[in-house]
Amino acid sequence: MKKFTLHEGIVAPLDRANVDTDMIIPKQFLKSIKRSGFGPNLFDELRYLDEGQPDQDCSQRPLNPDFVLNKPRYQGCSVLLARKNFGCGSSREHAPWALEDFGIRAIIAPSYADIFFNNSFKNGLLPIILEEDLVDQLFREVEAQEGYQLKIDLEQQCVIKPDGTSLPFEIDAFRKHCLLNGLDDIGLTLEHADAIRAYEQRRRAEAPWMFS
Amino acid sequence: MTGKTLYDKLWDDHLVTENADGSALLYIDRHLLHEVTSPQAFEGLRLAGRQPWRLDTNLATPDHNVQTTDRSGGVDSIADPISRIQVKTLDENCDSFGITEFKMNDPRQGIVHVVGPEQGATLPGMTVVCGDSHTATHGAFAALAHGIGTSEVEHVLATQCLIAKKMKNMLIRVSGQLGAGVTAKDVVLHIIGVIGTAGGTGYAIEFGGDAIRSISMEGRMTICNMAIEAGARVGLVAVDDKTLDYVKGRPFAPKDEHWEQAVAAWKDLVSDEDAVFDQVVEIAAADIQPQVTWGTSPEMVAPVTAQVPDPAEIADPVKREGTERALRYMGLQPRQKITDIRLDRVFIGSCTNSRIEDLREAAAVVKGHKVASTLKQALVVPGSGLVKMQAEAEGLDKIFIEAGMEWREPGCSMCLAMNPDKLGAGEHCASTSNRNFEGRQGFGGRTHLVSPAMAAAAAIAGHFVDIREISRV
Repeated sequence: MKKFTLHEGIVAPLDRANVDTDMIIPKQFLKSIKRSGFGPNLFDELRYLDEGQPDQDCSQRPLNPDFVLNKPRYQGCSVLLARKNFGCGSSREHAPWALEDFGIRAIIAPSYADIFFNNSFKNGLLPIILEEDLVDQLFREVEAQEGYQLKIDLEQQCVIKPDGTSLPFEIDAFRKHCLLNGLDDIGLTLEHADAIRAYEQRRRAEAPWMFS
Repeated sequence: MTGKTLYDKLWDDHLVTENADGSALLYIDRHLLHEVTSPQAFEGLRLAGRQPWRLDTNLATPDHNVQTTDRSGGVDSIADPISRIQVKTLDENCDSFGITEFKMNDPRQGIVHVVGPEQGATLPGMTVVCGDSHTATHGAFAALAHGIGTSEVEHVLATQCLIAKKMKNMLIRVSGQLGAGVTAKDVVLHIIGVIGTAGGTGYAIEFGGDAIRSISMEGRMTICNMAIEAGARVGLVAVDDKTLDYVKGRPFAPKDEHWEQAVAAWKDLVSDEDAVFDQVVEIAAADIQPQVTWGTSPEMVAPVTAQVPDPAEIADPVKREGTERALRYMGLQPRQKITDIRLDRVFIGSCTNSRIEDLREAAAVVKGHKVASTLKQALVVPGSGLVKMQAEAEGLDKIFIEAGMEWREPGCSMCLAMNPDKLGAGEHCASTSNRNFEGRQGFGGRTHLVSPAMAAAAAIAGHFVDIREISRV
């Protein structure tokens, strides 16, 4: 997994609540058996005016000029500012894969759907939770200033604004450790192989029907 | 010491290790797989040179991509080459790793969340996971069940465990008697309307109360299935005699002395009298009407007797703008009567409502009637090959066909339109599925979520009708 330590980048504001995973990456793109290449189809139905198909050359497709990621001022963005309940809907990890493949490294929102939140950490994508009024304020600042950038310091757990103001955020210690070091969960879990086997032995005695 | 909730008990029973920060390794008893969220996980195993930790807990079936029309040509007959590769990849992965799979033309194939319970592969007291958010369905059996991402699919394959953090406990108590024509689907849509699509975020929701107890296992599955639409990864219903009766004798269920042992243990799978929930939501069964969603989020729902809301009356700007956007997308007017929404297609199916009772409920409504001439299509897609066989044995297929509906092969179908069953742009669909997101059932498609009976009644009328009026006729 890609490490996340310090990141600075252009912020794109996606001003709608309940952005669902069908919106982030529509179902026709879930047919891929690969983990990469979803970036051109991120927000496909919002980003293009036509209906996208898998394996299509997206560079020739008509863009929706009103969609935030198509606006010249947000080109090269790597931080997505969003509203509450971001990533609701399905368990598709294709959603964080698409965001990551597009170049997004961090999201800032007041809340996330659980599965999306969890999936993001597995892919080096940092979902930051800030209070709703702070998010409102960031929306106003991003819209007011072209080229608005934020710096995210995971070690210090803070988002640093262009004027130097620091906005602290909470993060689970284990997830932070894994992101900072780019650690693979499976390898870490397998260090507990003896505990897993001991559990199975005990469980087999208590609930033999689970093993027959 | 206070008592434990059902969720507390299930959590404690599966703890392998627990860290000081609350993260834990949770043991997984059943892992269900389908073709969409597993290929990258198998690839990951291969690249790392890992083998599945325990083969017998895994059970796979293709469901999202399979066509619901003729399948006699086997997997090669899947028209879309990308879908075909995905189904073939599941077959190859299961064959090479030795995982039990009900392949496309196996009579036991179907939607993974229909197949698990039907086979007795979902048992009370289990942890059940699948790379699909509607895994919450299995909580109807007092199993701790939730959706996972593909990285976690790989993690479960490799370690039989998940890294998890304990959720909070929520009790939604539905008290009293449900009115005539009000089904499990209406109960869960009503609940989502009350608590919102993020209302359950971070919680495991237990559905309790006498109204829930009165609902069949299949209805309970419908309710737990849509816990995720209320934001909760987990929905639960405590064990009672209905649970035991449903499980007994199924192919993967314990037998003989194991059955006796299991039943003794399962009887404890209820929340203790003195258990404390972080949140309790009280719902009066009598308040629940047949429901129809009018917008692009499951919380945008109203009783069939109501009108589409007027954004001008909404104070919160984000919510007002969301409602305006939804009405634009759905092509509806503020204050339009729900019963004035005209339909282009009807879909009866999905992991929410494709079991035998759902099909019986729909068939009872359409029997002796014809689908409205203004409808382009009414699809009935059973949840599994075994549901299909049962329905045919009862003659339900003939009732649907005589009414002018299409009787199909099992799969996810038009719920998410990864196969050829989809809506055209601008088309309105009465659907028994679980999500009405923009584009969910096809690019530009307009989904209205309803119960099977309401979908069937809408198919005949060509627009929404109050099922209670039909029942009286």
